[in-house]
Amino acid sequence: MSRRSRLSLRDLFSEALSGLLQRPGRSMLTMLGTVLGIGSFVAILGLTSTAAGQIDKRFTELAATEVRVEDVGADRVSHEMSFPMDAHDRVMAIDGVVTAGLLWPLPLRNPTMSAVPGMGASDEGLSLHAADPGALEAAGPVVASGRLYDAFHEGRAERVAVVGAAVARRLGIQRLESQPAIFLNGTPFTVIGIVSDLRRLPDLLLSVIIPTATALALYGPPIEHPATMLIETRLGAARVVADQVSIALRPDAPNRLKATAPPDPRSLRGNIAGDLNALFLLLASISLVIGAIGIANTTFVSVLERTAEIGIRRSLGARPRHIAAQFLSESAILGTLGGVIGSALGVIAVVAVAVLKSWTAVLDPATTLAAPLAGTIVGVAAGLYPGLRAARIEPIEALRQ
Amino acid sequence: MTVVVKCAGVGRTYPGPPPVDALQPADLTINRGEYVSIVGPSGSGKSTLLNIIGLIDRPTSGHYILDGVDVASLKEADRTALRGQRIGFVFQSFHLLPHRTAVENVALAQLYVGPKARQRFLNAAEALAKVGLSHRAFKMPNTLSGGERQRVAIARALVNQPALLLCDEPTGNLDSATSSMILDILDQMHADGYTIVIITHAPDVAERADRIITVRDGVLHV
Ligand SMILES: Nc1ncnc2c1ncn2[C@@H]1O[C@H](COP(=O)(O)OP(=O)(O)OP(=O)(O)O)[C@@H](O)[C@H]1O
Ligand SMILES: [Mg+2]
Repeated sequence: MSRRSRLSLRDLFSEALSGLLQRPGRSMLTMLGTVLGIGSFVAILGLTSTAAGQIDKRFTELAATEVRVEDVGADRVSHEMSFPMDAHDRVMAIDGVVTAGLLWPLPLRNPTMSAVPGMGASDEGLSLHAADPGALEAAGPVVASGRLYDAFHEGRAERVAVVGAAVARRLGIQRLESQPAIFLNGTPFTVIGIVSDLRRLPDLLLSVIIPTATALALYGPPIEHPATMLIETRLGAARVVADQVSIALRPDAPNRLKATAPPDPRSLRGNIAGDLNALFLLLASISLVIGAIGIANTTFVSVLERTAEIGIRRSLGARPRHIAAQFLSESAILGTLGGVIGSALGVIAVVAVAVLKSWTAVLDPATTLAAPLAGTIVGVAAGLYPGLRAARIEPIEALRQ
Repeated sequence: MTVVVKCAGVGRTYPGPPPVDALQPADLTINRGEYVSIVGPSGSGKSTLLNIIGLIDRPTSGHYILDGVDVASLKEADRTALRGQRIGFVFQSFHLLPHRTAVENVALAQLYVGPKARQRFLNAAEALAKVGLSHRAFKMPNTLSGGERQRVAIARALVNQPALLLCDEPTGNLDSATSSMILDILDQMHADGYTIVIITHAPDVAERADRIITVRDGVLHV
């Protein structure tokens, strides 16, 4: 008895490959649909995640745990800000609040600022802010040297200041041991701390910051440039805090305060992956289907063209399953190649857009690596029918042609 | 003496409509090493008989024992294996794969049989040498003459050292000079001990065989 016919995977692969290379031009054209389909899938998903990544970058945990309350009812007549004197205690009583505090730009026109008394040189780029210790803490400070002022300084309305590193450099302050002073319109303030970063209030880095009590005593309440309350919340508590804070601060007149919570990250991402993307994904699916039909069609035509070859192979001992496997492999290779080329083009498109927009390209490895596989699946699906048809061709019919 | 082909009441009727009795039930025995020619008018059933002997077609009646194996009781997979390993075909129209070199075409005969690619190549080269075509091993079929193509086909049929070499009008497409070269090769194979069955319309071709079988209207005249 003879041993049954067999075909090693390696031989199957090389037979399928040479079948495809017989007509390289046709194989390329056949792949086109799959290339387009897979390519658009990768590009669309990549662009979506890249764009979302830009938001993620801005929308960090820092922003997600931040609530700001604006004074929208500062009263010019009574000359009062809307925040009550015990604002800090009232806010800290809200569940979910980590730290909070008030800040405002000082109402000084053309302030003069200098490290030497009487120098009187006004300094354009620098600004003046009042911030209570809670606001400083909530700003996410990185202390370069010295220290931040605290409730003690605030309670006694001490004339102390914290400055950004750049401000210190411009005022010629290097070391804090000697308790350097700066003069604001001639009033001396002791610089007790230099911060290299204020992560929530980066614009205050170009500012001289003094306690609010000191500012109130010297310059009066903030009316023209109203005060803001900066609140750091626990992760996930920001929206709830924002909903409650106005009433907690001013149960009598909550409308005078306006709380802003960070946007919901989900809705943000939702906006980006909007209708347009759904449309593009639909188009990509259609071109993938067209790609599959293209492969199926070409494979079917090649089965018909190569009927004689099928007859020869059968006469040489090929079983129907060997014939089916060969055509199935050819279409699977076409699909895989189309998937690989499409993925590469898709990735290139995403990177190109990212470079043009100076974004960071974000590609989900799962989708990018799965894309060629999707091509294989398309190819296999497309090859099933032609492969089965080829297997059913009788050698005697095939050889008669 | 070993019997290679033993047909008992083997017949073939193509289901119609109308049904065609292409081959009337017939008995036929071919011994190992025999060189048999089959002649007869067109449509008389010569190819039908050869295809049944070569396991490309199934008889509708009778028993057929090939090389000691009762073929009727075999599963299709075993018939296929038997066909690939014990039978070599040579066709009138050569039936080479157009996009493969001569040596690749010959090696194809062992693709489903078992040897590794390198061994297949060596065996193919050896078979090509036997038919005097070593110098054309890497040529594509469309650059070969008709006679050379048929020699490639013979090499392909021989590479598995089959029990039976079946040729359906192998010289039908060739001029007389080329034909005689092909027939010389077949004579050589016969001398080497191969069992050969050849269908032909040419009396001088038929004469070179040990035995002539005539088919007329589906009836065998042994
Ligand atoms: N698949 C088929 N269906 C129906 N009839 C068929 C089929 N194949 C062959 N026949 C018929 O069977 C008869 C024998 O055909 P066969 O091919 O064996 O003849 P042949 O002797 O080889 O002829 P030729 O010398 O022309 O090759 C013919 O009448 C033919 O028409
Ligand atoms: Mg015939």
